[in-house]
Amino acid sequence: MAALNIGVLALQGAFAAHQEILRDIGCTTRQVREPKDLVGLHALVMPGGESTTMSKLLLTSGLFEPIGQAIDDGMAVFGTCAGMILLASAIEDGRADQCSFGVLGITVQRNAYGRQVDSFETDLDVVGLDEPFHAVFIRAPRVTRFGSVEVLARLDDEPVLVRQGKAWAASFHPELQADDRIHRLFVECVEKE
Amino acid sequence: MSQKDVRGSMTVKRGLAEMLKGGVIMDVVTPEQAKIAEDSGAVAVMALERVPADIRRDGGVARMSDPEMIEGIKAAVSIPVMAKARIGHFVEAQILEALGVDFIDESEVLTPADETHHIDKFKFTVPFVCGATNLGEALRRIAEGAALIRSKGEAGTGNVVEAVRHLRNITGDVRRITQADSAELFDWAKKLQAPLPLVQEIAETGALQVPLFCAGGIATPADAALAMQLGAESVFVGSGIFKSDDPAPRAKAIVEATAHFNNPDILAKVSRNLGAPMTGIGMDKINERYAERGW
Repeated sequence: MAALNIGVLALQGAFAAHQEILRDIGCTTRQVREPKDLVGLHALVMPGGESTTMSKLLLTSGLFEPIGQAIDDGMAVFGTCAGMILLASAIEDGRADQCSFGVLGITVQRNAYGRQVDSFETDLDVVGLDEPFHAVFIRAPRVTRFGSVEVLARLDDEPVLVRQGKAWAASFHPELQADDRIHRLFVECVEKE
Repeated sequence: MSQKDVRGSMTVKRGLAEMLKGGVIMDVVTPEQAKIAEDSGAVAVMALERVPADIRRDGGVARMSDPEMIEGIKAAVSIPVMAKARIGHFVEAQILEALGVDFIDESEVLTPADETHHIDKFKFTVPFVCGATNLGEALRRIAEGAALIRSKGEAGTGNVVEAVRHLRNITGDVRRITQADSAELFDWAKKLQAPLPLVQEIAETGALQVPLFCAGGIATPADAALAMQLGAESVFVGSGIFKSDDPAPRAKAIVEATAHFNNPDILAKVSRNLGAPMTGIGMDKINERYAERGW
């Protein structure tokens, strides 16, 4: 089949790193800053960054509603760190005016692994990968409650990589590693659907 | 080899710098200003006692801020909080790390504590950002462990001319190095007074080892977009917001301009009706160039 067309939400954050990995594994990628950038996408990646900033820019750019509509219409999504917060159904320690798409049955607490001095790297066992994945957690969100999601990786028994249908989210940053295996898992899932 | 729970590695330090890309980091002097910054969409705030324009006006020795004031700002917002230490003042940096700030700016805006040495930034868990006027200075800071470089510009002037000069110095030399042959790289390292392996790495990758942000003189949405189009990956706005007539709308507009830096229609829209920007000063009128501090 033709290369998948995957958008990367490029309002703020580590979008370029995602784009580089997606391009390396054979996807066509596009930066998404306006509603017209959503046309024809198979999937949208929401990168790490500052979730409160992205939330504001989603509203001012007019992207919030069209992205929600595209997800309803079957577009796959993968959120990492701040992106996970944008996909969660409930946010703890967020701002009152913070928006999220609510497509994943998880509650996340912002910055719950601590401030930057507590940010860390560690190895994770991931469902579908033979070898552990070396993951980087930066002021990461913590999944405090979860419902009907499939848990693909845990840290100290708490979910850090989850999926629910075509919506995926990680509390860590697979885009900061040279390791493309988690992006490949997501892309394979999008191809199958 | 598996590493378990590694903190303070270069990957983790640069990781936060990556997350701040495409954003605006705003100088704030009170918890109320920090709130306005967060409300406006800042990706982080820089907590300090006086913005550079006031440091310039007041003169005297500028030092690290009172921990009480930094704690107050930390408590007021949920976004990352940065704070400044004097060049070479590693004890101020130790104090800032103990306070749990998210990034330390070893800053020329404060009065230098050491006229030969910068802080050995590898000794810290917290990441550092350092200013640079040219590629050699940037690479010396990276060699000392900086996780983020910002072009210095001239802080507290509201005049973007030096920011443009410094950004062009850095990005221009990166481009020229990618054209150099292997023998010329030795000369580049010598001219830049920078470690050869870092120069060779730039020749190979075509990019600085850490993200490059812009600071010093940004006062309008157009200034922010100019810095971004010239290759900056985020902007620091110091005096430009809270020394303007109406800080909140200007802060919001600069955030939008930074995100949509390549879209003149959006830039035109957000630049309207912002009130007067900070007055600003010409470079021939300033007594002291902060950008010259740093070795």
